[in-house]
Amino acid sequence: MKFAVIQFPGSNCDQDLVAALRDVCQQDVQLISYQSTDLSAFAAVLLPGGFSYGDYLRGGAIARFAPIMGAVQQFAAAGGLVIGICNGFQILTEAGLLPGVLQRNKGADFICQSAALTVANAKTSFTSAYADQQSIQLPIAHGEGNYYCDDATLAQLKAEQRIVFTYQDNPNGSRANIAGITNQAGNVLGMMPHPERAVEALLGSEDGRGLFQSMIQTLTDKVVPV
Amino acid sequence: MYRAKVYVTYKDSILDPQAEAIKTALHQLEFPELTQLTCGKYFELELATTEAKAATTVEQMCQKLLANVNMESYRYEIVAAE
Repeated sequence: MKFAVIQFPGSNCDQDLVAALRDVCQQDVQLISYQSTDLSAFAAVLLPGGFSYGDYLRGGAIARFAPIMGAVQQFAAAGGLVIGICNGFQILTEAGLLPGVLQRNKGADFICQSAALTVANAKTSFTSAYADQQSIQLPIAHGEGNYYCDDATLAQLKAEQRIVFTYQDNPNGSRANIAGITNQAGNVLGMMPHPERAVEALLGSEDGRGLFQSMIQTLTDKVVPV
Repeated sequence: MYRAKVYVTYKDSILDPQAEAIKTALHQLEFPELTQLTCGKYFELELATTEAKAATTVEQMCQKLLANVNMESYRYEIVAAE
């Protein structure tokens, strides 16, 4: 069971993800270049935070055409677990793997702080280690994290329980306090908060661990013992 | 050769904090007559193609990359270039 962390030019949370998975969760993890086109060796794919391609044009707008993204599309279509965090979330929306868009924060400021979140759905492949409606603390650090989608999409997200994390004190103007959503199939998650920055008490919170533990549990359950 | 001028702006329903900040700054510079300000992105493209294909090409460029149609709208002009 191997995790792939994609490195785009301008990614800056890739090493944090590797540390969280390798050092804290004792998982096999490998950094994969954006120029690669093959993800067949991996059980899960993670798109890290940062400023891919300098956020030129819009966050994620150029990264979605990176060579690796064809493989990410295929991996997601085949039901593989894909998570995009922060800039990774922006890339997934630009790529059409998740609906909506991350706009500039309502107050125009870059926000870097700890955010209180509610686990709005603990029945997903990414949140099963949490309790439903559990309150957790994760860091946020973004200038464009204001989630927006049209009314029809919002109604669908709600009806299909695809809103996974919500802000308790909406910091950026996101619609319906949305901090993280999944795709319809439930195997692709995008979220603005950084679970990889909250995996050790030394970092101020361990609340991010549950996300990685949930993914590991999901993948373990899926693997047929030989 | 054709030249396209593409304008991408936020849809009216989208709050643009950047435009709000610029508007506030202009008010502080004592331009009280300013009532509305929109900012956006402007692209100039030169296209080695036929007149018939130019509009289709620019339309696809806008849809695929230049604009995010969730929050932005676009318009363009195409003129024959020297």
